[in-house]
Amino acid sequence: MSADPQDSVQEAAPAYRVIGTRPIRQDGLDKVTGRAVFGADVRLPETLYGAVLRSPHAHARLLSIDTRQAEALPGVKAVVTAADLPAITLEGDWGDNLRYQSQNTLAADKVLYYGHAVAAVAAVSPHIASEALRSIQVVYDPLPAALDVRQAMREDAPILLDTLRTDSLGQRGNQPTNVASHARFERGDLEQGFAQAALVVEREFETATVHPGYIEPQNASAIYQSNGQVTIWCSTQAAFGIRDDVANVLQIPVGQICVIPTEIGGGFGGKNSAYLEPLAALLSKKSGGRPVKMAMNYSEVLAATGPTSASYIHVKVGVDRDGLITAAQATLVYAAGAYPGSPLWGGMPAIFGAYRVDNLRVDGYDVVVNRPRSGSLRAPGAANAVFASETVMDEICEKLGMDVLEFRRLNGVRQGDRRSDGVPLPRIGFHEALQAARQHPHYTAPLGGPHRGRGVACAYWGNHGGKSSATASVHADGSVSLLEGSVDVSGTRTSLAMQLAETLGIPLEAIHPRVADTNAVAYTEGSYGSRTTFATGWVVYELGQKLIALLSERAAILWETSPDQVQFAEGVFSHKGGEKRLAFKELAARLDETGSPLMASVSLAAGGAGPAFAVHLVDVEVDPETGKVQILRYTAVQDAGQAIHPGLVEGQIQGGVAQGIGWALHEGYVYDEAGRLLNANLLDYRLPTCLDVPAIEPVIVEMPNPRHPYGVRGVGEIPIIPPPAAIANAIARAVGVRLTQLPMSPGRVLAARLARDA
Amino acid sequence: MTFHQINLTVNGEAEQVVVASNVTLMRMLRENLALTGVKNGCSAGECGACTVLMNGEPVNSCMVLAVECEGAEIITVEGLAKDHQLDPLQSALINEGGVQCGFCTPGVLMSARALLNRNPQPGEDQIREALVGNLCRCTGYTRIVEGIQAAAAISAAGGRP
Repeated sequence: MSADPQDSVQEAAPAYRVIGTRPIRQDGLDKVTGRAVFGADVRLPETLYGAVLRSPHAHARLLSIDTRQAEALPGVKAVVTAADLPAITLEGDWGDNLRYQSQNTLAADKVLYYGHAVAAVAAVSPHIASEALRSIQVVYDPLPAALDVRQAMREDAPILLDTLRTDSLGQRGNQPTNVASHARFERGDLEQGFAQAALVVEREFETATVHPGYIEPQNASAIYQSNGQVTIWCSTQAAFGIRDDVANVLQIPVGQICVIPTEIGGGFGGKNSAYLEPLAALLSKKSGGRPVKMAMNYSEVLAATGPTSASYIHVKVGVDRDGLITAAQATLVYAAGAYPGSPLWGGMPAIFGAYRVDNLRVDGYDVVVNRPRSGSLRAPGAANAVFASETVMDEICEKLGMDVLEFRRLNGVRQGDRRSDGVPLPRIGFHEALQAARQHPHYTAPLGGPHRGRGVACAYWGNHGGKSSATASVHADGSVSLLEGSVDVSGTRTSLAMQLAETLGIPLEAIHPRVADTNAVAYTEGSYGSRTTFATGWVVYELGQKLIALLSERAAILWETSPDQVQFAEGVFSHKGGEKRLAFKELAARLDETGSPLMASVSLAAGGAGPAFAVHLVDVEVDPETGKVQILRYTAVQDAGQAIHPGLVEGQIQGGVAQGIGWALHEGYVYDEAGRLLNANLLDYRLPTCLDVPAIEPVIVEMPNPRHPYGVRGVGEIPIIPPPAAIANAIARAVGVRLTQLPMSPGRVLAARLARDA
Repeated sequence: MTFHQINLTVNGEAEQVVVASNVTLMRMLRENLALTGVKNGCSAGECGACTVLMNGEPVNSCMVLAVECEGAEIITVEGLAKDHQLDPLQSALINEGGVQCGFCTPGVLMSARALLNRNPQPGEDQIREALVGNLCRCTGYTRIVEGIQAAAAISAAGGRP
């Protein structure tokens, strides 16, 4: 048994100078004046405009594509189809993966979803480009579609990928299938655990396909020069990821490609992978090296870029008379879209991640269906999983008559408990967050009206570390340029500069952070997995230490002593036991006297990402006539580790909650029976407006991550996880019906009420 | 394709632009006048990122044809600040954390400017009503609303900060 939070080891909070303050974000001014350059704002001389022809069918054989008429159209400079992409001959799983990526860029022998790219053109104007698309003749042989995971798993289901064989717990199947893989976490004795239970709740859930819904559509401008060098400007979270995707699809070495990431108008996981970039490069190559600019319209964004998986989830949980969990079992079936790779890796650890469960089994199935290839969305795969598990936990509390936070106090994981995948948890702040929720006035405030209810849901998210790089140069005026490999999707230029300013003991204003292109800095993973302030922040700390060591050598030269006689504290170098002192800025001004200019670079692969925990409280009112759910109050408690910039952390929490509210109540792909997407626009795919989202109150709990120099955990992803479950639980408390499908649209809420009353 | 010569005022400057009949105000501003602060999200009047003021009223510039703008006065996000002096809305939105990715920001600023022009002291409900056509996916709106409230307070206290 682990210690209670009161007993846990708490070092005195370090006295920081910059960390923990709320400076204005570095990119703010450019963004309010219209000066910030986003991908579509890039203007290059002699630009051609690209456009993509997309499949009107969900599943069809491509019998022929005739592009002659398009090529003959005045103003058209290039037309490409899959025949222009190099064949990928690599064998094995990685080869399959590359072929899937190539086929998702341009369909080869089959189209696998409505909106699948079939051909692309480049012309002297967008208008001529779209005319050219209309003159391309494609002959399709339509096939039956498999749109739903359970339909796709049936023996008589249409097969999407002829070569796919199930990888089931490491064994490869030998039959054609739509089930790409089956994975499992297992421990203890499930049967015995359920036998010990005094109460077992078992439920089935379905969740819709939802999209990250960034407001800025994907875009790319590319130049493919005659010497083979490719330059790409694009809106991405992962400049190096795009470089590698383009290298894979076009089969050219990474060194020939430079990706220049522009400002990014939202990503949330959806801008990690390439869609337009290889096409723009290929069209540029085919049109003699002219720049080709492409931008999706919003219908293309919804129909053809990665949404997150629709899912079917089964959950069964047993508890003893005291409410202690005796066994928990879940099956997660995720729609991968057209090619394997749904975020089971996110959903499986998350579904019971907040609980200590000795007898556990979690099964996951990755199933291909005739929908766009799934991508990441903020804590990929977790919100739908936790919708299922946290509504079951709430039903258990209701049946036991137990306080929902007391249930979590009893069953919630603590340091040393095992994650679902078996790894012991390091120091975490779950119980501190539970305590903060219990003490918050929201928890005990009167609801103040009929048809109102309060819901609670919790979440665990592992966060990610990984590879990051940065370079810094010291200037004579004492300022420091910081070139970082991480794209700034959440204010990380500021949160990284703050960590460097803290380390160097200089004012934040003296640091000039900039996101670098892929030729200017070493490899850095994309800005996903809540990793940037953690992993690139660690890089920046090490970079600061390196600069201090180099500057100490320079001070030693000036003072005619050895570097080990120079010490550094709070921005000042001093001679041990002597009187001599030089502030950072003073020493920077004297670099010329001591030799070369001064710069340093650091790359590292960061382990030790600190798991995050969240506890959300929500009050809703359900309209008894229409079933419409209005959110009245929302409080989101989160262990953020050390918050480098609390304002940015709060912004991440508020934004994540709003996205979770959309997932809970409004959002979902609607297909007709033939697999045509019916709501591929922002009127019918309904993102929350400011009338749908109340003022969201973030509450930061700071349990520093012991494995980061400044105690950082990731913060960006976990806030999206609890809202669907918390809202479902609030609806249940308000009107006595438990919703098991997302979105919880007015029609569904009303139908559930009517069914109960009948 | 027919071309038209349009005379209009953009951010206080008289402009003469030749455009094709099918060109929207958004495209004219972005492509002919290089005012790329006007953002193209959906080109369908749904996201509000391209909002500008046309004769003082907020419009989705993707839903207005350039040829409809003869004699019009247009203000874009680039026209909010004067002589390095930010509009109170601009500084308040930065200070209150109402800017994240920044893509919806120009449209939000123009809708908010139109609101404060007609109602200098709006309540929270009026602010939310005025912003309902501006989708923001990053902030959850809370800090945008707070930013506009702060700007209104700054203006009431005597104008530009």
